[in-house]
Amino acid sequence: MEQGYLTLETGEVFEGILIGADKDSLGEVVFNTSMTGYQEIITDPSYAGQIITFCYPIIGNYGVNANDDECISPSLSGVVIGDLCEAPSHFQSINKFSEKLKQAGVPGIAGVDTRLLVKTIRSRGTVKGVLSKKTAEKEVFSVPEKASLWVEYVSTKKVLTYKNSGPHVVLMDFGFKKSILNALLQENCYVTIVPFNTTFEKIKALSPDGVLLSNGPGDPIVLAHLFPEIKKISQYYPTLGICLGHQLIALAYGAKTTKLAYGHRGANHPVKEILTGKVRITSQNHGYVVVDESIDKSQFEITYRNVNDQSIEGLQHIHYPIQTVQFHPEAHPGPSDTAHVITEFVSQITSLGEKQYAFM
Amino acid sequence: MPLCKNLKKVLVIGSGPIVIGQAAEFDYAGTQACIALKEESIEVVLINNNPATIMTDESIADKVYIEPLNVSTVEKIIKKERPDGIIGTLGGQTGLNLTVELHEQNILQKYGVALLGTSVESIKKGEDREKFRSLMLEIGEPIPESSIITSYEEGVQFVQNIGYPVIIRPAYTLGGDGGGFAHNDDELEMILKKGLAASPIHQVLVERSIKGWKEIEYEVMRDANDTCIIVCNMENMDPVGVHTGDSIVVAPSQTLTDVQYQMLRNSSIKVIRELGIIGGCNIQFALNPASNQYYIIEVNPRVSRSSALASKATGYPIARMAAKCAIGYHLDEIMNPITGNTFASFEPAIDYIVVKLPRFPFDKFPEADRTLGTQMKATGEVMAIDRTFEGALNKAIRSLEMNIYGLTSSSMKSMENEDLFKRLENANDQRLFVIAEAIKQGISLEKIQQLTQIDPWFLHKISSIVELEQELASYYWSEISVELLKRAKHINISDKLMSQIFGVSEKQIRNKWKELNWKPGFKMVDTCSAEFDAVTPYYYSTWMGFDEVEITNDKKILVIGSGPIRIGQGVEFDYCSVHAAKALKKKGYEAVVINNNPETVSTDYSVADRLYFEPLAVEDVLNVIEKEQVEGVLIQFGGQTAINIARALEEEGVKILGTTVKDVDLLEDRKEFYQLLENLSIPHIEGETVTHSEQLIKAASSLGYPVLVRPSYVIGGQSMFTLYSEEELIQYLKQLEAKDQMWPLLVDRYMPGVECEIDVISDGQNIIVPGIFEHIERAGVHSGDSISIFPSITLSTEIKETLIEYAEKIAKSLPIVGMMNIQFVVFHDQVYVLEVNPRSSRTVPIMSKVTGIPMIEWAVNVQLGDSLHYLHQDSGLLKEPAYYSVKGPVFSSTKLKGVDHVLGPEMKSTGEVLGMGTTLQEALDKIIISTEDDEHSGETYVLCSISDREKAESLPIIQKLAKNDVKIAATKGTALFLQENGIHVDKVVKNVQHVNELFRTNKMWAAINIPSQGRNKEKFGFHIREEATRYNVKTFTHLDTIKTILNLNYQPLTHDEVRTVSEFYKLEKRGAKIC
Repeated sequence: MEQGYLTLETGEVFEGILIGADKDSLGEVVFNTSMTGYQEIITDPSYAGQIITFCYPIIGNYGVNANDDECISPSLSGVVIGDLCEAPSHFQSINKFSEKLKQAGVPGIAGVDTRLLVKTIRSRGTVKGVLSKKTAEKEVFSVPEKASLWVEYVSTKKVLTYKNSGPHVVLMDFGFKKSILNALLQENCYVTIVPFNTTFEKIKALSPDGVLLSNGPGDPIVLAHLFPEIKKISQYYPTLGICLGHQLIALAYGAKTTKLAYGHRGANHPVKEILTGKVRITSQNHGYVVVDESIDKSQFEITYRNVNDQSIEGLQHIHYPIQTVQFHPEAHPGPSDTAHVITEFVSQITSLGEKQYAFM
Repeated sequence: MPLCKNLKKVLVIGSGPIVIGQAAEFDYAGTQACIALKEESIEVVLINNNPATIMTDESIADKVYIEPLNVSTVEKIIKKERPDGIIGTLGGQTGLNLTVELHEQNILQKYGVALLGTSVESIKKGEDREKFRSLMLEIGEPIPESSIITSYEEGVQFVQNIGYPVIIRPAYTLGGDGGGFAHNDDELEMILKKGLAASPIHQVLVERSIKGWKEIEYEVMRDANDTCIIVCNMENMDPVGVHTGDSIVVAPSQTLTDVQYQMLRNSSIKVIRELGIIGGCNIQFALNPASNQYYIIEVNPRVSRSSALASKATGYPIARMAAKCAIGYHLDEIMNPITGNTFASFEPAIDYIVVKLPRFPFDKFPEADRTLGTQMKATGEVMAIDRTFEGALNKAIRSLEMNIYGLTSSSMKSMENEDLFKRLENANDQRLFVIAEAIKQGISLEKIQQLTQIDPWFLHKISSIVELEQELASYYWSEISVELLKRAKHINISDKLMSQIFGVSEKQIRNKWKELNWKPGFKMVDTCSAEFDAVTPYYYSTWMGFDEVEITNDKKILVIGSGPIRIGQGVEFDYCSVHAAKALKKKGYEAVVINNNPETVSTDYSVADRLYFEPLAVEDVLNVIEKEQVEGVLIQFGGQTAINIARALEEEGVKILGTTVKDVDLLEDRKEFYQLLENLSIPHIEGETVTHSEQLIKAASSLGYPVLVRPSYVIGGQSMFTLYSEEELIQYLKQLEAKDQMWPLLVDRYMPGVECEIDVISDGQNIIVPGIFEHIERAGVHSGDSISIFPSITLSTEIKETLIEYAEKIAKSLPIVGMMNIQFVVFHDQVYVLEVNPRSSRTVPIMSKVTGIPMIEWAVNVQLGDSLHYLHQDSGLLKEPAYYSVKGPVFSSTKLKGVDHVLGPEMKSTGEVLGMGTTLQEALDKIIISTEDDEHSGETYVLCSISDREKAESLPIIQKLAKNDVKIAATKGTALFLQENGIHVDKVVKNVQHVNELFRTNKMWAAINIPSQGRNKEKFGFHIREEATRYNVKTFTHLDTIKTILNLNYQPLTHDEVRTVSEFYKLEKRGAKIC
């Protein structure tokens, strides 16, 4: 048990016990309000480069199991928690939370009043922090981030194929969660996972029935060079965009994105389906959002809105079979109220087949 | 869809008197609902005959009917009021059943009343075992296989199909008596046969046993647009097998992975959709600890105790939202009142842990069967919030007010292994402490887990508390390290426990924290884990975090609440606390409320200006006082709870408002109290304090028999007795010898006179007494258990004047500022003072309600310095109304096996009903039919068993019964006596078998069983009373009660009119006739 600190760039210092990997770490400090699902959260590639604060104060209760990782190697910068449970209890548990962090090379700090930290983040907006044995000096924050392009860091370098009897979906990997793949496989899809910067031509060569742009970390605008290709792909194939994928498609069609003051991260975000007025509870993890006014209403229809702040949660192209959602229909962690987004996408491409070319 | 515009008037059905399993949570739900409807300009008509509730205030509902909760009465109200809609899902099982009956008898249809919210069809799908079963099978949701079995062979056949283990539950036995688990053929044979024999209708339910699985609950809401949300899930520490009301419960679940959480969430939503519920619903699951297999074990298609707990645990007001949904709103159209800027269509995220502990009545009922099972036995509960499980558990333990402050401080010491194992395996109310003792004795957690089947996560946490307590105990206070103290406070170890461990005063311990500059932080319950700003001042403390609560500069007064509901301190004290807070607000103060009972209105965030959900131990109350810098503290409204800590608060320099602590103590000290009465020339019961047997016998004979004897410190309940002779006294002494530490004893002369009581508001100069309650049963029956009548019926004007004169003398001499309750006995035209309670009492809500006098408000105002003259023109005894109000006790006898509900000096009732009428007959009739719908007819039996002492007095009563075609059965001695006096006895019951036979084969009107002593399991009478309870037969244990009832039942009444409380008030002005 070693004392350590989380120092924010705004000057606040939080003392605690260092856990996980024995190293200093810098990252944007964000918070997640989910009460379960810490294993899925720390393995979600969208958190690459971020230090996650768990609002729920007791973490590690059910240990870590062999099934619920969302990626092979976690890429987050650190975790901040309240009460660490070192005596987990669950029939599936194979590891302690703190051990998992250690093995994944992720540092953390426990014994922190995470509620105070959350309130600080809320009042400060986006804030960077450093996990270290000594309180950090100001200069630390001027050091450039480990990766300028987090998507590149987490995306696959090679093409991966999951053979199956159903329709063929190309999953463009901006840092996909395994649950997206699982949801597609569940629907019998033949899935090809391709690197985030795969061109239209290369995808065409795979002759898929549909394309899914995955979630992923960071500011979508840093991927501006990909927008023309993304536009081409989505005009050619039925396309589903999830989270970062949703933002990229919106940007590709000329919309703008902006950073939320402190993001939506949690498993309790209500979104309203505009068509039916029904509210569904969704899992969310995003810091950026598509700007309402920037959407070309002659091209896109808004399908979902956040009930709390009215922000855009989903888009549908008026002519092309393009559907995008800001939330995570694949759940894990969080509710699967919107699982139909993926199943409907799959049944859409199943019925559309090759008719797609007509639009070109 | 917004509000249905055609709804102008809505009828809300309350839940009636408090019984185990249906308590204050429905006052909370109903009150919220009424307010939610009134906000929409809907006129609210309410029916509830529980007078101790907030919901029956005319400020909550527009029209309040304190009338019996039965179909015919509700129909009369519907006919008179013609409401547009009715809501029946907020009044517990009582409200639900009544609603279904109204629908089935076509009464709703007849008067064009729309059933709002969940439909009858949906209610039945959730409630009817077979319908629910087939629906679940249809949608593929698993439920444990079960079958109703009437023969041994049938049972064996069924179990062959489903496999072991199974549980066998006999129908109609007390508290599930006679059932059990079978793991193999031998056990099945034994238990099935036993179970079939135990059931009076020879019927058992055989079900797949999932005992030991995790028990998880989900609170779900759904609106008419099919939006579904989970408000909260909860995990029972006690696995399946212990009723959730009796379980230790945490929120949110702690040992479920997200996959499991979502699996059960999905199932919950599937079920609520399929049932078509609009509003709230509670779903209970059993989850296999070794797999993801689950079963649905219960669905409650209404708000419940669990929904009240979930509301308080998260801040999300389920009943309020359910009411809004019932009148047409969708969840996304309703603001979340806690944040004020987000909507109700979200799922609360909490950043703390909540622990609920049940409060059991076994301190009052040492003779009861304490085993926990599927029949709920707790009367109330406490909830505690902290950032760690350990902290929340420690807070919850001291909230129970059982004089226990930690896990290892209880009386389990030196229990043998075998005994420990037995008590680990068979849960009773003390299991938490048994676990702690086992850990202390070095029994492995694996062994404990194996016996209790409690998830190791909880056992590890409990173990860490035990270890820390032991570590603390290994040091002297003077040498203890700051680091260890810090660890102790981090998990909220009580100051009081430390003072016990170290043998130093609590004050010294508090000083240490001051020295170290340590204090707890206060945090907000905000539904959203600080994701959004919240506006609602609902707080808890933690020693694991910074203080985020900003205080205001306004003048503030603290109201100390009454804690968990227990026998003797029920919902009526919550009524007093709520009104005290309201009165403070009205006077321009900020009302700060501290309480820990999640079922109540006082812990609704909208009642106080600032609500602290905290234990009512001195340390926690002081922390709030220091935090809020209150000007003063009101201690007269939270029952005995606040009185008990008043001295400690004053010693810390806290200003106690009203009657001084010194005077409060004086009234609680018998010697000083008698001295005071003597100084004021007020007669009191003669009595002595004795310290050994000879002194007791001498004192008794000089006082003259009968005498009332009790220990001066009542520890258990079974210790206060009326003794009629020296033989009885010697017998009593023999019983006492078995127990230790009972001396000194108080011995009083017992005077069987008329008992009456008054509640007095006093400013120290003048008093106001809104009325006198006269008890039907003579002195010797606890005031909480007797039927009380207002205005009094037998007291002469002179006697009344004397009562008031005595009250005035006491009030002026001390002085009493605020409230007091005085109990008198009038014997041979002489008035004696029995006791004075320097606080508001059980009768205050009733008296306030039936007279319209805002008693609590006035009592608060005088404590803030107003004079009574300023508040009201009259003083002394106020004018008596022209109508009668009768309060009747309600017992939870069917719930508590082993408890003898015989009337006596110890209180045993859990709730009360009120009847109001233009005549005494009408009012009495209402409290009788409220519990019993059918009239007795000729071919019914009454079983008489009268103690020798009362035989003569019982004669005219039984003669009257015999004349009215009721068949008489009697025990041997009684039969002989009756025959000697010319009464024909149809059946003589000589033994237990006879009694069982009588109850099983005949229609019974009542059992009149006047015991010589009661509460002795060995006695025949005990068995008679238990059988009567089992067969739901009225039992009279006091001749005064039966006398009154008989007068009533033989004069048929025609009172077709139903009246609101206000309409009763107006009767007076028109000068209606008094009977």
